Amino acid sequence: MTFQMFLFYFFATIQVFAGLRMISVRNPVHAALFLVLSFVCAASLWILMEAEFLGLLIVLVYVGAVLVLFLFVVMMLDINIAQIREGFARYLPIAAVAALVMVVQMIWVLNDKVFKASAPPPALPEYNNTEALGEVLYTQYVLQFEIAAVILLVAIIAAIALTLRKRPTTKYQNPGEQIKVKRNDRVRLVQMKAEKNEVEPE
Amino acid sequence: MSDLVPVIPEIFILTMTCVLLLVDLFIKEDQRDIVYWFSLAILASAFLLTYQGQPSERELVFGASFVRDSLSDILKLFVYVVSAGVFIYARDYLKLKGMYKGEFFLLGLFAVLGMMLMISSASFLTLYLGLELLALSLYAMVALEYHSARASEAAMKYFVLGAVASGILLYGMSIMYGLTGTLNIYEIQARLLEAGDAGRTGVAFAMVFILVGVAFKLGAVPFHMWVPDVYDGAPTAVTNFIGSAPKIAAFAMVVRLVIEGMGSLHEQWLQIFLVLAVLSLLIGNVLAIPQTNIKRMLAYSTIAHIGFIVLGVLVGTADGYSAALFYTLVYALMSMGGFGVLLMLRREGQEIELINDLKGLNDRHPWLAFMMMLLMISMIGIPGTVGFVAKLWVLEALIHEGFISLAVFAVVMSVIGAYYYLRVIKTLYFDKPDSELVMTSNWDSRLLVSANGLAMLVLGLFPGLLVPLCVAAFAG
Repeated sequence: MTFQMFLFYFFATIQVFAGLRMISVRNPVHAALFLVLSFVCAASLWILMEAEFLGLLIVLVYVGAVLVLFLFVVMMLDINIAQIREGFARYLPIAAVAALVMVVQMIWVLNDKVFKASAPPPALPEYNNTEALGEVLYTQYVLQFEIAAVILLVAIIAAIALTLRKRPTTKYQNPGEQIKVKRNDRVRLVQMKAEKNEVEPE
Repeated sequence: MSDLVPVIPEIFILTMTCVLLLVDLFIKEDQRDIVYWFSLAILASAFLLTYQGQPSERELVFGASFVRDSLSDILKLFVYVVSAGVFIYARDYLKLKGMYKGEFFLLGLFAVLGMMLMISSASFLTLYLGLELLALSLYAMVALEYHSARASEAAMKYFVLGAVASGILLYGMSIMYGLTGTLNIYEIQARLLEAGDAGRTGVAFAMVFILVGVAFKLGAVPFHMWVPDVYDGAPTAVTNFIGSAPKIAAFAMVVRLVIEGMGSLHEQWLQIFLVLAVLSLLIGNVLAIPQTNIKRMLAYSTIAHIGFIVLGVLVGTADGYSAALFYTLVYALMSMGGFGVLLMLRREGQEIELINDLKGLNDRHPWLAFMMMLLMISMIGIPGTVGFVAKLWVLEALIHEGFISLAVFAVVMSVIGAYYYLRVIKTLYFDKPDSELVMTSNWDSRLLVSANGLAMLVLGLFPGLLVPLCVAAFAG
C-alpha cells in the first residue's frame, strides 16, 4: 500500500463516518459541523486526485461561506428535534433492510472488476489545473455554464418570492415626516391649577 | 456563430423572460395583465421561431452537448402550447386566490426553458442542468401559496424526494461516465455497442440508478408516492402545470437517456420497464377508484397513463416509441383540459376539490360539462376521441412484437379505469346540483376550454393530423 492509498483510505473513512454522524446526531449544530468535516475530507480527496483548484474551492465556498450561513440559520431557528425524529424508529427496520440489500448488491457488482481502468498518468510539472478548467469552462462547456447561471437566478427569484411578504402590522419610520415635525405637534403646554395633596388622617 | 442558430428559441426565451422580470418590477398591482399577455407573447414567438427554424437533419452544437432534431422540435412545440394553455387557465384562478403575481409566470417560463434544454440535451450534463432548472422552478411554484400549510408540505415533500431522485440519477450518470469515459449520449451509445456483452454488469448497475431517477420524474410505480400528495397540496393552477408540460420533458428524458443512450441494453431495461408499467397500470387504476378528491383521483390516473407510456417505450421499436410519443403529447393536452375545467369553477366561493363539487354542472353550464365529458371519455379511450387512438397505437405496437398478455392486461386495466372517469361524468350529468356553482373564468379560458375539448374529438376523428409527426420523429 502506497502512501497515497493510505491517505485515500484515511480521508475516505473519516468522510463516511462524518456523513453517517451528520444524519444521525440529534443536535442540528453538530450535524452541520459534521458536514464541514465531510466537506474537508472531500476536498482532501480531490487534491489527492490532482484537482487542486476544485479542492480549494470546496473549502472556500462550501466550508467557508455556505456552511457558515447554514450554521447561522440552524442557530436562529428553534427546531423541534423530537418531532422531526418521530417515526424514525418505526421506519428504521425496513429502511435498514432495504439499505443492507442495496449495499450487498453494490459490493457484489462492483467486486466484479467493473472498473478495470488503470490509473491515469501523472500530470506534467507545468500542468495547471486552474488554467485547464478555465479553458474548457468558457469554451466547450459555455452552454452548461450559462444554464448554471440561470439556475442561480431562478433560486434568487424563488427565494424572494417565497419570503418577501407585506406585513400591514409592521411599523415604519418616515424620515420626511420626522423632519417636518414641529414643536407644537409633539409638546402641548397645559395650564393646571396647583393641587394640594391631602393626606387622610389615620 | 452557426453554433447559436439551433439554440435561438432558448436564447429568445431566456432573454425575454429576463426582460419580463424587469417589466414586472415597474408595473402597478392592477396592471398585472401586462405580465400575463407578455408571457403568452413570449411563448407564441418561441413557437414561431422553433417552427420556422426546423432543421432538415440532426444538428449537434456546443461540443455535441445540444441536439436539435425533428423529435426535439415537436416536443418543444407542444411544451409551448401546453404551457400557454396552463397560463391561460391559471389567470382567473390566481386572481381569486390573491396569487396573481409575476412570479407564477416567470417561474413558469424558466421551467419551460429547463424543459427545452432537457428535450434538446445530447449530454448528461445538459440534461441534468435542464432537469434541475425545471425542478427548482416547480418546487417554488408549489410553495407560492405560502400561507397554506398543505402547499408548503407538498412543496417540502416534492423538494426532498426530488433531491433524492436527482442524487440517484447523478450517481448512475457518474458510474456510466466512469465506465465509458464520456458524458455525450451518442458517444455512450457508440461505446456500448462497441463493447457488446463485455462489461455488461457494470453498465447495468449504472443503468439501474439512471432508471430510478427517470421513473421518479415520470411518477411511475414504485416511485409514485409524491404524485398524489403534490397534486393535491399544490394550488390547482400549479398542479395543472406539473401534470402536463413536465410529462413531455420527462418523456424526452426517457428518449435521450434510455432509448438513444442505452438502446443497445434493451434486453436489460426491458425487464425493469415491464415491472414499472405493470405496477403503474395496476396501482394507478385501482387506487384511483376510492378517491373522493378529484385532484387525487387525477393524480392516480396520471400514474396509470404513465404506465401506458412506459408500455410503448418497452416495445423497443420505432413504432412503439412513436406510439409512446403520441400518447405523451395527447395526455398532456387531456390533463391540461381536465384541471383547466376545475380552475374555471367555484362552488360557493370555494375552489373545486371533491368530485361531488361538480354535481349538476350540466344544469348550470352545459357547454363546460360537455367539454369535461369529452376530456373524460378521451382519458378512458372511447373510440371517436384521441385517447382511443393513443391507446390503440400502443396496444398495436405491443401485439406486433408479441407482448400479447401485456396488451390484454393493459386493456383490462383500462376497463377498470373507465369506472372512475364515468363516475365524474355521472356526477356532471345525473346528480342534481345542491349548491351554487359559478363559472368564474374570463373569455380567454372559455375559448381555450372549447378548443381543448374539441381537439380531443378532432384529433380522435382525424389522427392523421398528429400521427405523421410522431412517426417522423423516430424515423431517423
